[in-house]
Amino acid sequence: MLKVLLSRLGQAALVMLVVSAISFVMFRFVGDPVSSMSRENASVEEKAELRRSLGLDQPVVVQYGRFLARTLSGDLGISYRNQRPVTQLIAERLPATLELVLVATILSLALGIPLGVLCALKPNGVAARLVQAFSLIGISTPTFVTGIVLILVFAVSLGWLPSFGRGQVVDLGWWSTGFLTLSGLKALILPGITLALYQLTLIMRLVRAEMIDVLSSDYIRFARARGLPRRYIHFHLALRNALMPVITVTGLQIGSLIAFAIVTETVFQWPGMGLLFIQAVSFVDIPVMAAYLLFVGLLFVLINTVVDILYAVVDPRLRARSA
Amino acid sequence: MKTAASSPRPMSPSLMTRIGAPISVMIAGALALLIVGCALMASWIAPYDPTDLASFELINAELPPAFTAEGDSHFLLGTDNQGRDLLSAMLYGARVSIAIGGGAVLVAATLGVILGLLAGYFGGKVDAVIMRIADVILSFPTILLALLVSGIARALFPGAATAEWAPVILICAIAIHEWVQYARTVRAATMVETAKDYVRAAKVIGLPPSRIMLRHILPNVMSPVLVIATINLAAAVLTEATLSFLGVGMPPTYPSLGTLIRIGNEFVFSGIWWIALFPALTLVILVLAVNIVGDWLRDRFNPKLRVKR
Amino acid sequence: MKPRLALCLSVAIGALMGFAAEAKTLRWSSPTDLTTLDPYAHTESFTTSMLHHVFDPLVRRSRNLELEPALAVSWKTVRPDTWRFELRRNVKFHNGNPFTADDVVASINRLLDPGARARGNISTVTGAQKVDDYTVDITTKGPYPLLLNDLAGVYIMDKEWMEANDALKPGNIATGVTTAASSTAVGTGPFKVESYKPDAGTVFVVNPDWWDKTQHNLDRIEFKPIKSDATRVAALLSGELDLIAPAPLQDLQRISGSSGFKVIEEPSLRLIMLSLSFRPELKAMPGQKNPQLDLKVRQAMWHAIDFEAIKKRVMRDRSRNTGTLVAPPVPGYSKDNDKPFGYDLDKAKKLLTEAGYPNGFKTKLNCPNDRYINDEQICVAIASMWTKVGIQTELQTESRATYFPRQDRHEFDVSMVGWATLPPMDGFSVLSSLLTEQKEGYGGSNSGAYSNPQIEELTRKAAVELDEEKRRAMLVEALKVARDTVAYIPVHQQPVAWAIRDGVEVPQFPDEYVRLWFATVK
Repeated sequence: MLKVLLSRLGQAALVMLVVSAISFVMFRFVGDPVSSMSRENASVEEKAELRRSLGLDQPVVVQYGRFLARTLSGDLGISYRNQRPVTQLIAERLPATLELVLVATILSLALGIPLGVLCALKPNGVAARLVQAFSLIGISTPTFVTGIVLILVFAVSLGWLPSFGRGQVVDLGWWSTGFLTLSGLKALILPGITLALYQLTLIMRLVRAEMIDVLSSDYIRFARARGLPRRYIHFHLALRNALMPVITVTGLQIGSLIAFAIVTETVFQWPGMGLLFIQAVSFVDIPVMAAYLLFVGLLFVLINTVVDILYAVVDPRLRARSA
Repeated sequence: MKTAASSPRPMSPSLMTRIGAPISVMIAGALALLIVGCALMASWIAPYDPTDLASFELINAELPPAFTAEGDSHFLLGTDNQGRDLLSAMLYGARVSIAIGGGAVLVAATLGVILGLLAGYFGGKVDAVIMRIADVILSFPTILLALLVSGIARALFPGAATAEWAPVILICAIAIHEWVQYARTVRAATMVETAKDYVRAAKVIGLPPSRIMLRHILPNVMSPVLVIATINLAAAVLTEATLSFLGVGMPPTYPSLGTLIRIGNEFVFSGIWWIALFPALTLVILVLAVNIVGDWLRDRFNPKLRVKR
Repeated sequence: MKPRLALCLSVAIGALMGFAAEAKTLRWSSPTDLTTLDPYAHTESFTTSMLHHVFDPLVRRSRNLELEPALAVSWKTVRPDTWRFELRRNVKFHNGNPFTADDVVASINRLLDPGARARGNISTVTGAQKVDDYTVDITTKGPYPLLLNDLAGVYIMDKEWMEANDALKPGNIATGVTTAASSTAVGTGPFKVESYKPDAGTVFVVNPDWWDKTQHNLDRIEFKPIKSDATRVAALLSGELDLIAPAPLQDLQRISGSSGFKVIEEPSLRLIMLSLSFRPELKAMPGQKNPQLDLKVRQAMWHAIDFEAIKKRVMRDRSRNTGTLVAPPVPGYSKDNDKPFGYDLDKAKKLLTEAGYPNGFKTKLNCPNDRYINDEQICVAIASMWTKVGIQTELQTESRATYFPRQDRHEFDVSMVGWATLPPMDGFSVLSSLLTEQKEGYGGSNSGAYSNPQIEELTRKAAVELDEEKRRAMLVEALKVARDTVAYIPVHQQPVAWAIRDGVEVPQFPDEYVRLWFATVK
């Protein structure tokens, strides 16, 4: 068991090393921070001096070495743009993105599971067909179009919901939350829906597929043959088993949601990490971009590793194979 | 990490002619073919050539569609902010979108199939290296990776944002993530095939590995690849649109559907709705139609793939 | 425990919001955000304009943009290179500390530190010396006519606060030093910073002890940056904002048509122009002589652009076409220079034929797509017009993040430039940055390598000329040479267009600054 754990962790570390190298080397070559930072009538000499003082004239390997050493000690550098530690900037933005992702995940589970069950139980009913059609439209519409349409309808035409930002937030220690005020909750609705739509369709389809699979399995047939009540079969036996992969996929998808939040946050001006990333790209703020990439990479590796280890714990066959 | 283990089935030769498809799928298929057909023939059927800078006049800018009160009969769907005929721009734009989406799928599938075959056939170190690369790639979502690749390309090659190079960059940016799906599927299928008697026999009589892989294994693992490709085409077209919308896709002088939506988005509040609406509708209908066909194909020929994305 | 805490907090917030509704609050948005609160750690005019609400300079721009006393009440030159400033008494910083000469000296020294990113803003200043508690001498490298203009952008910080917070030197990315000054601002200005969250918003509250007579009626300013044009307009129209600056040109008609909102506008100081490459070869035609070196070709390029159409369609009649490189309020402007060549296709073709290019030639046009008003659209239109006379133009637009570095590396055949002569607000900056060769600190933005001996000479003379009338004549003469030789092709003067809710009064300024200490809300 320990062996499995160690090998998984080793793999994770290796992947992270590669990710850090990629993140550094790639970002080192994107754009030129010097020009974005100097004033519009700066002289050539001033620019050269700025380049020197940023260490950009050093060999790339030296720059990467410094980068790695600093990263391992938890120091992700200082944003070129805000002149504040990147760790601090990310910590400030983390709550906004995580709350948005949380709302999107809850929305997609709360709607996706019942709808998926509905489609599985009555695959040819009118409701199921409508839901199916809706889900196809859902995955065929780009996130940005959905966002713009929602703003046009609910913010501009009807004036019910805010079109941008987080509303009033409350600070609980370093965590700023939008859950405690009315304006904060209202502000979460439109971006939450926009981000949830794709995830919702995914979960709905997954639940449907799993349910159909489970419903046609032997033990369900057996349970039916025994004359157990329908409700018990559907929701106690079948749904429970169908939910296992749903939970796994939901976990695995959290990283994707955080990345997809880039588009949602851009459309709704949501002050989260995605917006931080996009603005860092346009300002060529290398430390922020590198940190974001590392962070998302780390999150994925963590989630994947945890899921893998859990699988190994739960599934004796896998355990045997890895050992 | 997990792989989609699916037992490949030889694809039925009468796939397209079989009347097993429900009417909705046939309509979707027809619509998809119509849009793709029109887009491919854009240079013959479009009233103007929107990529020719000398062909449009600023003075014609923002004319509404011909069926509205102030419309001009020369421009069926109106003109954009530069005076380009919107219908022509959309036809050419759809062509660009489809070419990039299709190109990305082609590149990703080719790369994925080759790497998947190698990994599955040889196993061991080859397998480990390829799959580790796949893991690293998978630690980043498509959109993030694509943003990165196009950003880097633009920084490294000054010409990357021009009409000639942007499509190449976009294809690479999308394909760099998507090949993993093919590789994983093909690897699993190849492993199953490699263990079968006919491959063992081929090895015993001393056929070269390349011949065994291409002539014997490949035909037997192709059916899931085709299904994934159909679904991926829709996803690739959407990714291209998102990148163009975020401003790192096709340039305004050679717009794709995503670029047209980006331009049009700036005008939606000023009552110039058509620049954004028509391209957005075309994009959604195209992607929807391809998705419907892809879904049906998947359910029909490879139900196991359904769970994986 | 936890739910109770949450309840308490929400009650407290409710009370706060109730209070805020009573107070006069101005909520506004712009596409960019403050990059830092440290006035010496950035070079962006937007951040400078925002920080002016918190800090005061020694001299400032009045409502008519004239220089007027602020923290200094009077000044005189005691030697050609030394200016003596008499300081205002009874001024207090936001933390209650009194303002004295020590603060001025500490501030100037902080800005002169090699780690200060904005030190170029006072490149001719050599130091500041305290004479007594309310008198300061500032020395320059030789005679320098524009010192007051430069000082209008130098905000005075509190020495005691800097000492207490280890912020006497500005933050420096290279050494990894950040200071409290990048997230806290203690000035003498009309507003205090209540909270600053990058990209989420900044809140200012009124400083009741400001030294100057208050002209605004605000208690609170809530600023939120919104990058997307569409979202910004939507937020205004749905009542979430009182002011957006700038307002997108294509939405002005809709905004002024909506009841309860109006558009205010005025010409900006910023001129948009095309920079032409004067290098031996064009990137578009390697191995051949650069056609743009021929004056007739450059004239043809100017005549071939229908600036009226661009003004009408792209700028919706909100811009002003121009023939010179500075805006009318700026020293160096003259009506005689300000004559566009005019749109004349036949003449353009004739000039091209005379120059030996009857079938035109190839060039590349590069533009930013997120810097100037409708920059990308203008360039598509120009590329289309040039292509029609036979100048096959390959257009590339990109984000300013990659565009400006490439312009600095001289990679462009033709490229877009916007120049507002800020911060000095003087035509000399066009000469010293755009029209001179890159040497001796001059020509920093002359990316096309334009060079003219007459302008070189005039620039060096004007740099040390203390007689204002003579100096202006030199600027006018140099700008006439620039026009006659088609050093740049001027496109137009940008508008400053804002949109406000009814009941809000905000004055506009051609330098595009937002000065809310002149604003009132109902």
